[in-house]
Amino acid sequence: MLDAMLAKSYLHGLARRPVVAYGPDWELQCMLCTELPTLENGLAEREELPNGDTGIAVTYTLKEGLSWADGEPVTSADIRYAWQVGKHPKTGVVSQQIYARIRDIEIVNDRTFVVHIDRVTYDYNATVPTPLPRHIDRAAFAQDPAQYRNQNAFDRDPTDPGLYLGPYRMVSVQRGVRAVYERNPHWPGKKPEFDRIIVRAIQNTAAMEANLLSGTVDMIAGETGMSIDQVLALETRHPERLQYKYQAGLVYEHIEFNLENPIVGDRRVRRALAYGANRQAISEQLFDGKQPVALHNVNPRDPGFTDDVQRYPYDPERARALLDAAGWTNDEPGQTRTDANGKPLRLTIMTTAGNRTRELVQQVLQSDWDRIGVDLQIVNEPPRVFFGQTVSGRDWDHMAMFAWLSAPESVPRSTLHSEQIPEKGEVGGQNYKGYANPRVDALIDRMERELDDEKRVDLWHQLLKIYARDLPTLPLYWRAQAFVLPRWLTGVEPTGHQYTTTLWVEDWGVRDPDATDQSDGGG
Amino acid sequence: MLSYIVQRLVQTALVLFVMSFIIYAMIGLMPGDPIDLMVQADPDLTAADQQRLKALYGLDQPLTTRYWNWLTAALQGDFGYSRLFAQPVLDVLWPRLGNTIVLIGCAFLLSLVIALPAGIAAATRPRSLLDNAVNLGAFAGISVPPFWLAILLIILFAVTLEWFPAGGMTDPGEGGLLDQLHHLALPVIALTLARVGGIIRYVRAAMMEALRQDYIRTARAKGLSRRRVLISHALRNAMIPVVTILALDMGMLVSGALITETIFGWLGMGKTVYDAVLGNDYNLALMGLLFATALTLLANLAADLAYAWLDPRISYD
Repeated sequence: MLDAMLAKSYLHGLARRPVVAYGPDWELQCMLCTELPTLENGLAEREELPNGDTGIAVTYTLKEGLSWADGEPVTSADIRYAWQVGKHPKTGVVSQQIYARIRDIEIVNDRTFVVHIDRVTYDYNATVPTPLPRHIDRAAFAQDPAQYRNQNAFDRDPTDPGLYLGPYRMVSVQRGVRAVYERNPHWPGKKPEFDRIIVRAIQNTAAMEANLLSGTVDMIAGETGMSIDQVLALETRHPERLQYKYQAGLVYEHIEFNLENPIVGDRRVRRALAYGANRQAISEQLFDGKQPVALHNVNPRDPGFTDDVQRYPYDPERARALLDAAGWTNDEPGQTRTDANGKPLRLTIMTTAGNRTRELVQQVLQSDWDRIGVDLQIVNEPPRVFFGQTVSGRDWDHMAMFAWLSAPESVPRSTLHSEQIPEKGEVGGQNYKGYANPRVDALIDRMERELDDEKRVDLWHQLLKIYARDLPTLPLYWRAQAFVLPRWLTGVEPTGHQYTTTLWVEDWGVRDPDATDQSDGGG
Repeated sequence: MLSYIVQRLVQTALVLFVMSFIIYAMIGLMPGDPIDLMVQADPDLTAADQQRLKALYGLDQPLTTRYWNWLTAALQGDFGYSRLFAQPVLDVLWPRLGNTIVLIGCAFLLSLVIALPAGIAAATRPRSLLDNAVNLGAFAGISVPPFWLAILLIILFAVTLEWFPAGGMTDPGEGGLLDQLHHLALPVIALTLARVGGIIRYVRAAMMEALRQDYIRTARAKGLSRRRVLISHALRNAMIPVVTILALDMGMLVSGALITETIFGWLGMGKTVYDAVLGNDYNLALMGLLFATALTLLANLAADLAYAWLDPRISYD
């Protein structure tokens, strides 16, 4: 709640549980509740708000027998307490979106509560706080909400068993080095296989590999571990010794155009660049096909996906024709194109210096675009300069290469809606490219409030057709999580989204040595 | 002597005050702040969230105001909280400082144990086979990149021979002295090999210079034993430049051991300050760097006092 770091989410997955979460199948599922509330099953109902607007009341019932690892029961009051902490402006909660939408949480009894939301949106049943241990934590919050971020029980005494309600509880921690988890004796669900799980933090990837090969660690988590090229290299060196799992997910690698620049503000130039980039070869040659080419900003596993959109296969001839039409011509093949005034078609691309994968992609693009007469200059910056100044300040000339993270069926308001274009030097949205299309704005507004799945999917399709036609960004590929696992380990299912594999740790197990080896190594 | 020490301590306090502002300003002027980094990690972060968080952490204030707030709190003993560790800054730094002192101290002692006899032996027999062998070893140590050496050590001693653990400070559930020494071995060897070459070169050069001096000839003419001439006369004088270099090396508490700490998962100052700077943990980075500054200054004071002991002609009275 107070920190968005993926590593913390990974750790919390072992010992905490949200009420609902997207599963490895990308379907919303109950983790702590007995039944997922929907309008269809009557557990969610529209309600009129005092101001005349329409809200929604969503009823959840917690599973029987849920308790914190100190034996105290998990109750509706813990959910309501989490909401009170989350919505308080001084507690330092990173994202208050879901807390701010909740008008009230009504406690029906210890296990049943009703979440009253101030608007009707498609994700109404995913808008529920993760419980906090009120019996342990409330003193710190009551004393001084402004100091809660430093005084909360998770930071003050992280091994207190009363903080955890998952299959495991943290028993010791050396911050920045390792955390040790043991079974939670009060976990009412499926008994986890392992007595103890130790999570180690190793920052250097070469040391990580050495630790793996020496047996100091058994597995490397795909969520936070090695990059895909490192895992592919490891698989080449040790194909049989370990199993490897790759899961393309919701990290959308793309090139953001500066649409205020007259050169790349011209859609013909953007399309020419798309046709002139051999993205399929990038995916196959650099990533062994494990990171598939993105058609647009919606993942193929997402319900809103469609491939019935304008596509840009590698076609240098078409790219050249588009550049000619845009007024960028060259007299001889191989030369940089110029406009009518003799100004060369010289574009800059920026990304995070030191990111080997992105730097490799840049070099391939430089070579591809050179073939269509575009002189590409690579100007990279350290990540904190690139994100902290260049991207957020909208201070790049033509192209910026980076990734967006999202959740399943996440409406791209922050990155595409025109009201999310930040003014230079101001804190604002994340539409850094400056894309403004009234039809897209309207579709985003509608799809957030459309509860009918089919109609919402249709709105998505309309949006994606416009996106692929306008090409405000050049889609590159979907980044994959790469897991390195021991061959004896079963049940680790990469999700590809923000919910980590550890949320299903009770399904992890040891392969029966007598069973036929059906591992999906290399899959 | 006492007034000299007091004077130097006052100077140290003044330098620390100036450095605190310089470091604070440098960290504060770096592009991006903690909230900018959060935006990249959380797609749900709205503009309102960003503004609220910037206000909460005081990042909407001018740099000078933020520094003044920090300074007034620090003078009252409140050095703030680490944003990354959600703990008081000193609670984070003290144990890590101890870990780094253990690591650097062991490597320092081992380096001296190797460098002094090797440097003296090489200096007394210049251009001999022994001198060439020592020089070769010293240059090899200086030339090998520390990160590569560390990885080689892990592959050899942890992966292949399985003599030592590949990283960490203790095994879970263990933590006894033997377990700690077992984990300490590889990082100490890596740091020692990376530093010993340089010290050998300093000792050799200083000894060769000392051995050319008139007082050495006089000592020999007086009939003193070779051992006494070398140890009591030559080495004592040769140690003055070596002590200077070693004192300056205290800055290694932050920078020098960073790679070793990162690769071996050793929870020390270098890794902590590096993470703090990258993670925009202002309070932690500031105090970590001030610790390193203070230690370097105090080590130099100790070196100055050592000069008087090594060379009777030097006096601070």
